[in-house]
Amino acid sequence: MTTPQTTRTAGSAAPPEEIKAVPVRHPGRWLAAAIVLVLAVMFVHTLLTNPRFEWGVIGSYFFSTRVLDGLAITILLTVVAMVIGIVLGVILAVMRLSANPLLSSTSWVYIWFFRGTPILVQLLFWFNLAFLYPRISLGVPFGPAFLHANANSLITPLAAAILGLGLNEGAYMAEIVRAGILSVDHGQVDAAQALGMGRTLTMRRIILPQAMRVIIPPTGNETISMLKTSALASVITVTELLYSVQLIYAVNFKTIPLLIVASIWYLIVTSVLTAGQYYIERHYARGAARELPPTPWQRIRRILLTVHAPLPASSAPHRDES
Amino acid sequence: MNAAVEIPQIPGASGTPMVLAEGVHKSFGRLEVLRGIDLQVERREVMCIIGPSGSGKSTLLRCVNHLEKINAGRLWVDGELVGYRQSAGKLYELREREICAKRAEIGMVFQQFNLFPHMTVRENVIEAPIRVKGMPKAQAAELAVQLLGRVGLKDKASAYPRQLSGGQQQRVAIARALAMQPKLMLFDEPTSALDPELVGEVLGVMRDLATSGMTMIVVTHEMGFAREVGDTLIFMDEGIVVEAGPPRDVISNPQHQRTRAFLSKVL
Repeated sequence: MTTPQTTRTAGSAAPPEEIKAVPVRHPGRWLAAAIVLVLAVMFVHTLLTNPRFEWGVIGSYFFSTRVLDGLAITILLTVVAMVIGIVLGVILAVMRLSANPLLSSTSWVYIWFFRGTPILVQLLFWFNLAFLYPRISLGVPFGPAFLHANANSLITPLAAAILGLGLNEGAYMAEIVRAGILSVDHGQVDAAQALGMGRTLTMRRIILPQAMRVIIPPTGNETISMLKTSALASVITVTELLYSVQLIYAVNFKTIPLLIVASIWYLIVTSVLTAGQYYIERHYARGAARELPPTPWQRIRRILLTVHAPLPASSAPHRDES
Repeated sequence: MNAAVEIPQIPGASGTPMVLAEGVHKSFGRLEVLRGIDLQVERREVMCIIGPSGSGKSTLLRCVNHLEKINAGRLWVDGELVGYRQSAGKLYELREREICAKRAEIGMVFQQFNLFPHMTVRENVIEAPIRVKGMPKAQAAELAVQLLGRVGLKDKASAYPRQLSGGQQQRVAIARALAMQPKLMLFDEPTSALDPELVGEVLGVMRDLATSGMTMIVVTHEMGFAREVGDTLIFMDEGIVVEAGPPRDVISNPQHQRTRAFLSKVL
């Protein structure tokens, strides 16, 4: 065995011979790539040559006021419903983990109900709430009421959509938040309590910030999902993105181009949300990894810098040691 | 309080003991972990507790700052009942706020460090003084610098716990506990999760702390530390205190068969 000698002299002797070997060929990989390439070219070709896509129509409606108004409503619905969902989710998750059986079972029943019925049915239900409660009042339970309102004027289609989407989302967020809370090591609670921190302070300062690492990825998923689910509000006459384009093509019959307009907008907003999620995840990764991963921008810059700075190839691996 | 306790008294000790336990029982379900613990820790005393795993050492420690509720017996810290208030012969559970206020006066160091991983070392140290004691930020930051210097980690203030070695993390955990200016420190096997070469740095900090006059209860397997730093050594087995006394006596001349059997394995 010459290994010990090699290690001993490694520093002084000439660098070991570099490996120059003939790489393994992957014909299957090449074939698959060729097929995919042909399909991709066919797809681009049909996009450009099929006149029925009517790219001109798409272009003319893309920034039209009605489409942009619809987009604004879609974003509003997504944001408000997600805020309601997250706040409700945290409350329900904490209730679910409560020692009080009434609180935890109430949370359980809520989640059971809202996860167990289709969101479309819930939207229709809220939209038709006036059939069940024509008048809505605010006051002492079983006692006198101070404020009265007509359900039809209070629960507008937009309000019904916000209620339906938000309350439904709360059930899903509750499970996500609960999973996050359960993922935090119990030693953290011990440490916080031993320092004299109360339950609320422990939850807010110690548990939730750590639970965020587990909560954020599925919440990003839920937000993107919500963006698209909000299209269901079209059935209760909320003029969000989908219903806006439907109203347009109901008149001019440019169905496909207008659906493409909506799809492109959904894709754009989804992309923005995905990027946002990346940076939020990065923020809550503090302390989790020894070093934060570079942002895409940092990565691009690093690649550019490496390309521009020519390195003497043979000495490169040894640079750190000098 | 003038309870009769049948354990050796520290010569020269006076006033209320820092910790006093009388017949403390603790069960988890049907499992009885503590089966009548009597002990007394004087001010400035360092008490080391040894014993096989499952003997109730950690549970006893967690009872002292009410992380666990005892089922029977009485436990006093600094002359006050732990977790309860007695008035007119009746026991009243303390409110969460009162329990927290008492815990804030007792420092605890855990086997697994339990540093807050999402906070830097400095943030770990200043969190409780600011949020629990309402200490001004500048003052807390100054305290952190001083304490991190004391445990030899002044230059690690901006690091996150995962960037530190186990020994460094445990020293931060000690600094974090000291930041609350506790009157009593509880150590739950503080070196058991450390690589052997890192044990010394943590024991060094603990030795300095003992020299400075801190009252300490230390659950440990470090017999050398117990012998040199401890004033009292307690051997626990199956939820009771089998033997107690000055460390040298207990280690070199154990009276009970169970103590002898245990010591023969760890020494």
